[in-house]
Amino acid sequence: MIPASHYLILSALLVTIGVIGVLTRRNILIIFMSIELILNAANINLIAFSRQLQDVIGQVFAVFVITVAAAEAAIGLGIVIALFRNRETINADEIDLLKG
Amino acid sequence: MFIFVALLLPVVALLAGRLLRPQMGHDTKLRPYECGVEPETDARERYSVRYYIIAILFVIFDVETIFLFPWAVIYDKLALFGFIEMLVFLGILIFGYIYVWKKGALEWV
Amino acid sequence: MPTDLHYLAILPEIITAATGIAIMLLDPFTAPQHKGRLGWLGVAGLLAAGVAGAAQSGRTMTAFGGMVQLDSYSVFFRWLFFGVSIGTILISLQYLKREGVHHSEFYALVLFATTGMSFMAASVDLILMFIGLETVAISTYVLAGFKRSDPRSNESAVKYFILGAFSTAVLLYGIAFLYGQTGSTRFDRVAEALSAQGPSAFFLVGLALLLVGFGFKVAMAPFHVWTPDVYEGAPSPVTAFLAVGPKAAGFAALVRVLYSALPDMENHWGDVLGLVAVLTMTVGNVAAITQSNIKRLLAYSSVAHAGYLLVGLVARNELGISAVLYYAVVYALMNLGAFTVVVIWSGAGETRVHLSDYAGIGFRYPFLTGCLSLFLLSLIGIPATGGFMGKVFLFAAAVQSHHVGLVVIAVLNSAVSAYYYLRIIVIMYMQEPAAQVPSVEIPVPAAVALVLAALGTLLTGLYPSALLDLASRSVLAVR
Repeated sequence: MIPASHYLILSALLVTIGVIGVLTRRNILIIFMSIELILNAANINLIAFSRQLQDVIGQVFAVFVITVAAAEAAIGLGIVIALFRNRETINADEIDLLKG
Repeated sequence: MFIFVALLLPVVALLAGRLLRPQMGHDTKLRPYECGVEPETDARERYSVRYYIIAILFVIFDVETIFLFPWAVIYDKLALFGFIEMLVFLGILIFGYIYVWKKGALEWV
Repeated sequence: MPTDLHYLAILPEIITAATGIAIMLLDPFTAPQHKGRLGWLGVAGLLAAGVAGAAQSGRTMTAFGGMVQLDSYSVFFRWLFFGVSIGTILISLQYLKREGVHHSEFYALVLFATTGMSFMAASVDLILMFIGLETVAISTYVLAGFKRSDPRSNESAVKYFILGAFSTAVLLYGIAFLYGQTGSTRFDRVAEALSAQGPSAFFLVGLALLLVGFGFKVAMAPFHVWTPDVYEGAPSPVTAFLAVGPKAAGFAALVRVLYSALPDMENHWGDVLGLVAVLTMTVGNVAAITQSNIKRLLAYSSVAHAGYLLVGLVARNELGISAVLYYAVVYALMNLGAFTVVVIWSGAGETRVHLSDYAGIGFRYPFLTGCLSLFLLSLIGIPATGGFMGKVFLFAAAVQSHHVGLVVIAVLNSAVSAYYYLRIIVIMYMQEPAAQVPSVEIPVPAAVALVLAALGTLLTGLYPSALLDLASRSVLAVR
């Protein structure tokens, strides 16, 4: 059996990639994909722990996270489409109407 | 031994094909196949935003069915209670579907 | 099959969710000019849910495998959330018509968000808390972008969505660590495991990520940067809702998690939150001084008020949490009230949101400006208003637990905040009005909300004991 620490390292790597993506990328869709990466890293953690602890709750949680993430993705894409219709851009640097 | 044969075989087959086949460098060969019709525009065209709406709706309804799997596995133990709970869950999904339908999101304008 | 399926324990949430679904189903069959009726249906649903909640006050039980806890704490917050949502619907009825976005989804989304907030306060399990949080978040992302054809509203929604989704992901990563270390997502089991094992590195990582996630949700500095942009761009009734509802729900869940699940780490989170409180108050107040847009100003003010609320958390005693509950109510009243005036005065297309647009309207619109002045005075913390009593309780709790330095900084901050709140009042009453003072109509439902908020602000200031009693009875369930 692969020890749980390997999964944790994998998920830590995914989180790092995700956070770097959120901070450095300028395309909203890619930022959004980076966020999904963090969510899935958390899912990997939950399932790895669930396996290590021989406890099913972690998997239940992961299933809920998957569905919630799907709903979030749908809303996010809807918002991005609405933005694109009005502004013809999804570059985070050009979204700058609001500042003070 | 076997693995060498396995690795060798596709290489030999591809090489042989390359050496033996007649060389006819035509543009036509590289063009995307469109069922025999001349392609009219580039394949990378903008397509209707309607596709996105259908795709988004699909994602939601598709992923929500994930809850059906664990329910189906222990259906025996949940008995009537589980059945009614799942009816409620599916009922809410169907309400969502009716809403989407009535709002015209499924119509292809 | 779990044995504790007490549907009665979540009856108010069932009612709000069902009303929301009913509104969405009725929407296609309702003529555009009658959409307001669905808003009233929403108000009726919230009232019914409030009554259902009241019928259960005084009872304590856990339900659904120890996920939901019905106790005085959840009942207290339920009432607060239902009240906030009713207020939001009342002020948006006219607003949506005026802005040409009268879709009944607005009311449905408010109800769904209310359901989520209510679950956040009632959950004693990390899973349900997360789902509640996401229900609120997803509904409010849409609400922020509700004016689909307005680029500013779009932008607000995008920013809110990106930062909200990011914070959720971080929060979830922290929750995963807590689960891995304790083997359970239930608060009581987490607390047991924590006291048995002592705070290990995983606990600290989990706690830190949890605090970052909540920091984004309730806009604590340094995670508040999204607040002004989102609040400015969102439709004003939504801004009112965001500043009050989800923020209070974030605090409700945070208090539960910290006190019920992680009490043995209170030295760790207490110190961190103390620093964060100082930073949040100061950043919010200092930034608010330079604002010229009233929505941005109130956004920074709401950041500062999150800082005051944190003082009660840092105090780590019973008075502290009751003060948080008390202040959450008062804050809801005065902020909803202030935003109601903003909604009414901003006019079609929200053109009048600049401070200079308020010049000299004091004697033209005595009702509007009188109410706004009351709310602003209460936000400063002038005696005889709810804001004053709330701050007194918060600071008294902190003094009780020997956080005198923190209280000094908080009082200094209140003094700073007086500058920018009073400036609005000065502009309204003492500056020369513009050549043509525009005429606005005060819609009846919004006026009702305004009067109720004003009465509440005064009553909590003059007779604080009733609400404080209720709050302190409610915290017994948590501690």
